[in-house]
Amino acid sequence: MTAETGIAPHSHGGGAEAEAAAQSKLHATASYDVADFAVPAPRDEQWRFTPLARLRGLHDGSAKPDGGISVEVDAPAPVTVETVGRDDPRIGRAGTPTDRIAAQAWTSFEKATVVTVPQEARPDRPVGVSLRGEQSTGYGHIVVDVQPLAEVTVVLDHSGSATYAGNVEVNVADGAQLTLVSLQDWDDDAVHVAHQYIRLGRDARVKSVVVTFGGDLVRLYPQVRYGDRGGDAELYGLYFADAPQHLEHRLFVDHDMPDCRSRVAYKGALQGEDAHTVWIGDVLIRPDATGTDTYELNRNLVLTDGARADSVPNLEILTGEIVGAGHASATGRFDEEQLFYLQSRGIPELEARRLVVRGFFADIIQQIHVPEVRDRLVERVEEELQAVGK
Amino acid sequence: MATLEIRDLHVSVEDKEILRGVDLTVNAGEVHAMMGPNGSGKTTLAYAIAGHPKYTVTSGQVLLDGEDVLAMKVDERARAGLFLAMQYPVEVPGVTISNFLRTSITALRGEAPKLRTWVKEVRDAMDDLKFDPAFAERNVNEGFSGGEKKRHEIVQLELMKPKVAILDETDSGLDIDALKVVSDGVNRFASGGDKGVLLITHYTRILRYIKPDYVHVFVGGRVVEEGGPELAEQLEAEGYEKYVSGGGEAAVESATVGGASS
Repeated sequence: MTAETGIAPHSHGGGAEAEAAAQSKLHATASYDVADFAVPAPRDEQWRFTPLARLRGLHDGSAKPDGGISVEVDAPAPVTVETVGRDDPRIGRAGTPTDRIAAQAWTSFEKATVVTVPQEARPDRPVGVSLRGEQSTGYGHIVVDVQPLAEVTVVLDHSGSATYAGNVEVNVADGAQLTLVSLQDWDDDAVHVAHQYIRLGRDARVKSVVVTFGGDLVRLYPQVRYGDRGGDAELYGLYFADAPQHLEHRLFVDHDMPDCRSRVAYKGALQGEDAHTVWIGDVLIRPDATGTDTYELNRNLVLTDGARADSVPNLEILTGEIVGAGHASATGRFDEEQLFYLQSRGIPELEARRLVVRGFFADIIQQIHVPEVRDRLVERVEEELQAVGK
Repeated sequence: MATLEIRDLHVSVEDKEILRGVDLTVNAGEVHAMMGPNGSGKTTLAYAIAGHPKYTVTSGQVLLDGEDVLAMKVDERARAGLFLAMQYPVEVPGVTISNFLRTSITALRGEAPKLRTWVKEVRDAMDDLKFDPAFAERNVNEGFSGGEKKRHEIVQLELMKPKVAILDETDSGLDIDALKVVSDGVNRFASGGDKGVLLITHYTRILRYIKPDYVHVFVGGRVVEEGGPELAEQLEAEGYEKYVSGGGEAAVESATVGGASS
């Protein structure tokens, strides 16, 4: 099964969707089939920031699955969990891979986990999806189906050690509200590459919170599409890279419907020689998406010499009839004047540094309303900060 | 009894000498006004005493009750009893005033303040400065007007109760109502008789509300004249011209001392 929405040289798609996309420079190729994508090369626009040699063959087909990672779901009633085969009709509704590794994962996965939140359900606690690696390699597929008017929080919790590529499909039906938290709390040696496709129905809302601390190389690709009017997407992210981590977050918000809203805010801190973060924020406002209201922001705080943050916002506007569209990107060094001010009030240097970094992340952390996740996040920030100011 | 002694202090910024031998002693119970034109090095003196890393002390001494201040880190100087009210207080995004004050006081007193009395203590200090208590949950100095920043500095002064307070142009940018509120705060601080105040200012206006015991004229990186309150009146009438003309090479602009401007 191949869907094509692009203008790449090997494009063989058609239809209205392809025509609309043809006007965009963003996201040329989309396909479920790994064969439609060339093996990434260092100079490819989509891959130029990613250290290909550290992908352990996820990008060129040489990574051999050996059991993959375990998926356990803690689902409060009335949420249901199923393990299904590749031919399940619920697979393939939220989005289509836009790079080779996502297509590789789609081509290679054997079983998918489908989490269904029934219509109008309001579970009294979050759905916990634990993805754990045991020094294993594999491909995975998760489907989260939030049916009309349901309200739920889903936490994807990645831990352990793995070489893992996956796709996460998220359907938020008409009038439903989802908070989706994705924690990348991997061991130091993990490699994790995943697409997260979020498709919103009429008046549906999603709040995505992506938190990445662990892993040697993490490359995540959250994407949002709107199936109807009135969709609202808030995408928050927090990452903290130590040497020699490579943490890459690429976002794509595809305003393909009128009267939808999106907010993107990602913040990262870096410390240590060769710590590297990448943030790419693509927002496309298609010709029909009148009344769009969008803003995206990325801020990076470089704590030590030798760390590098790349930040690239791209905003492509194909209609003038919008409410607003903007973006901001800034990467700065730790502010010594803030440090002096706090120290001059008696606060020791290390504590002052922690205050500043905690303050930097505060508005993102405030977006997480699940107490246990928030506590764990604060704890992880504290752990990272143990190394700050040494 | 607290005594701040500054002895033959020389300070450079990026290898340029700004302070060229400053001598000054501030005892408990005394209010000293340090007056000078822009560029004379007044702020450099304040920041050097507080320990800002940009300022390099090349020679001289600063002693607080005989202790060597220059050997202390910035936070140690604060804990020893020095306070600097800054001319341009820094914004600290994401750190609420409430959190900041509690962290600071815990460090200064060596233990966390008792919650019940602490809440009242903060509210009283804010009330005294006509500082909206709702500001407690706002981020430090973020989006504050100039006057709000200055009042926040004096709220801190009231709570932190240092031995010696250095106020760096706390009066600049204040309207007359805010100036009175801030001056009242400084006078309350000084009224106990056990605190020293070094008030750095360009203008004589604030000296109508805060009465100095001593006035020092600061030009070209050193004290060029000293006297009592009458010296401020003379400056009000005559300006700094007689000190800067032909000398004072660190003075980057000719100055006016006119009271109500700014």
